[in-house]
Amino acid sequence: MADVKKIATRESYGNALKELGAEFPDLVVLDADLAEATKTGVFKKAFPERHIDCGIAECNMVGIAAGLATVGKIPFVSSFAMFAAGRAFEQVRNSVGYPHLNVKIGATHAGITVGEDGASHQCNEDLALMRTIPGMVVMCPSDDIEAKAAVRAAIEHEGPVYIRFGRAAVPVFNDTPDFKFEIGKGRVVREGKDVTIVATGICVDSAIGAAEKLAADGIDAEVINICTIKPLDEELILASAKKTGKVVTVEEHSVIGGLGSAVCDCLAEKLPTPVKKIGMYDVFGESGSAAALVEKYGLDAAGVYKSVKEWM
Amino acid sequence: MNNLELKKRANDVRKGIVTAVHSAKAGHPGGSLSAADMYTFLYFEEMNIDPADPKKADRDRFVLSKGHTAPGLYSTLANRGYFSVEDLKTLRKLGSYLQGHPCMQHIPGVDMSSGSLGQGISTAVGMALGAKLDNKDFRVYTLLGDGEIQEGQVWEAAMFAGHRQLDNLVVIVDNNGLQIDGAIDEVCSPYPIDKKFEAFNFHVINIDAHDFDAIRAALNEAKATKGMPTCIVMHSTKGKGVSFMEGKAGWHGKAPNDEEYAIAMADLAKIDEELAKEEA
Repeated sequence: MADVKKIATRESYGNALKELGAEFPDLVVLDADLAEATKTGVFKKAFPERHIDCGIAECNMVGIAAGLATVGKIPFVSSFAMFAAGRAFEQVRNSVGYPHLNVKIGATHAGITVGEDGASHQCNEDLALMRTIPGMVVMCPSDDIEAKAAVRAAIEHEGPVYIRFGRAAVPVFNDTPDFKFEIGKGRVVREGKDVTIVATGICVDSAIGAAEKLAADGIDAEVINICTIKPLDEELILASAKKTGKVVTVEEHSVIGGLGSAVCDCLAEKLPTPVKKIGMYDVFGESGSAAALVEKYGLDAAGVYKSVKEWM
Repeated sequence: MNNLELKKRANDVRKGIVTAVHSAKAGHPGGSLSAADMYTFLYFEEMNIDPADPKKADRDRFVLSKGHTAPGLYSTLANRGYFSVEDLKTLRKLGSYLQGHPCMQHIPGVDMSSGSLGQGISTAVGMALGAKLDNKDFRVYTLLGDGEIQEGQVWEAAMFAGHRQLDNLVVIVDNNGLQIDGAIDEVCSPYPIDKKFEAFNFHVINIDAHDFDAIRAALNEAKATKGMPTCIVMHSTKGKGVSFMEGKAGWHGKAPNDEEYAIAMADLAKIDEELAKEEA
């Protein structure tokens, strides 16, 4: 395991935009003085005339993107999740969501793996906020391969899309020949029969690690990677829940309103099943290294293993 | 179109506003009436648009940033031929396409959904920027309330527009001096409005909102202004044209009852008579 390639999904975001810039001439990228951090700088370098720095004014940036979309552009709004989904929530709802405009929101630095900046910048609420907007597609890719595929899918999808990216480097594990990406489709990344672990974003890797530990204890866990939180792949989740009869959700997000809630919404209505949610339990994060925080809040493989083991 | 023709159209627009709001038993007549002359000039004279082809490529765009005065926009669009004047009576009713605030998906001629104050101007800036990126020569107009400019987002948008030298953008501020809670300079004064926009690198023109010569001259001046966006601060009378609504903050968001509606329509009929005399 010494040579696992690690890339932060925000890097994947910038690289994907740069790679797709020539293919999609209407693609434009907006930043609010964070192009260095959102990693859109590579796009800016390749297509300077199509990169628009709006200054530190996220609400206005979202409105400008909406206006650009009405005249045929495909704008990607880039900022930290805290500001894109949090500060500019109402602009996203009213200027983008309500008129169903073709605006894409690339939100980097989501969750506690922001690390040292601390709770003010660690957005654990964005998936919940974005899920509530009618017509909004919400994605949370798990690694470099999936993040790049999500950016392409967002461009090819007509309508508003929110994509969540992380700051910290995470292992690349989707580089398999059969990798296929489709909005609204989850993937079983490990088959099992005793419990279903549904994970999103960086927690997919933790879930796979936890499943390996559980296997050593004789627990055969199925792991599902859900990149698209909305629309949720209900069919896949229901089929797995029917098989295992127990569901665990894992996300680097509040347990209120994110993947866990989305899965519960589905199961409660269609196939009542016991669920254990793993995530941030109604608390703010804090300063620390990404690795230390993930460990403290039980979102690494060891933490997920422990939670599942105790619950089962 | 000469001034007399424009005045007649504007009076028709005002009748539509009063009728729509009366029928809806709700809505915002005051700020719709104060901007009726500007709406009329923009849609009957200024803008490159085609009611038969509302989505015409490279048409001029209008964003009603003060979206609550939708009755003014709807009445203008109806009188201009985008849809039936009779439909104005369905305003705000369940099932009607004439939503309480502008909705671009369902209303012919509406270029942007709006209503949450401060947001429209940003979208107008985005449209103007889009034109510049593609070297297109369409122009973008946006109308703001003077109370609306208390929203911080307005100044984020103004800073960006000034910085980007968007000379294809015209920001119009309807300075009727009143907002829901009273006079704007008593609630939280945005004055001096002109000096503020000047400081944000706009070319600023102050005009009388009810003088078509002044409106025409200002919009021509805006077109001739290069290298910076234009802001037109139009000094208006809230409720203009309806005797009991003029200058009253109470008519910001209230519908006339049957009796008041009759008086309002009689006021506007009198204006029609005066215009007919002027014509003869």
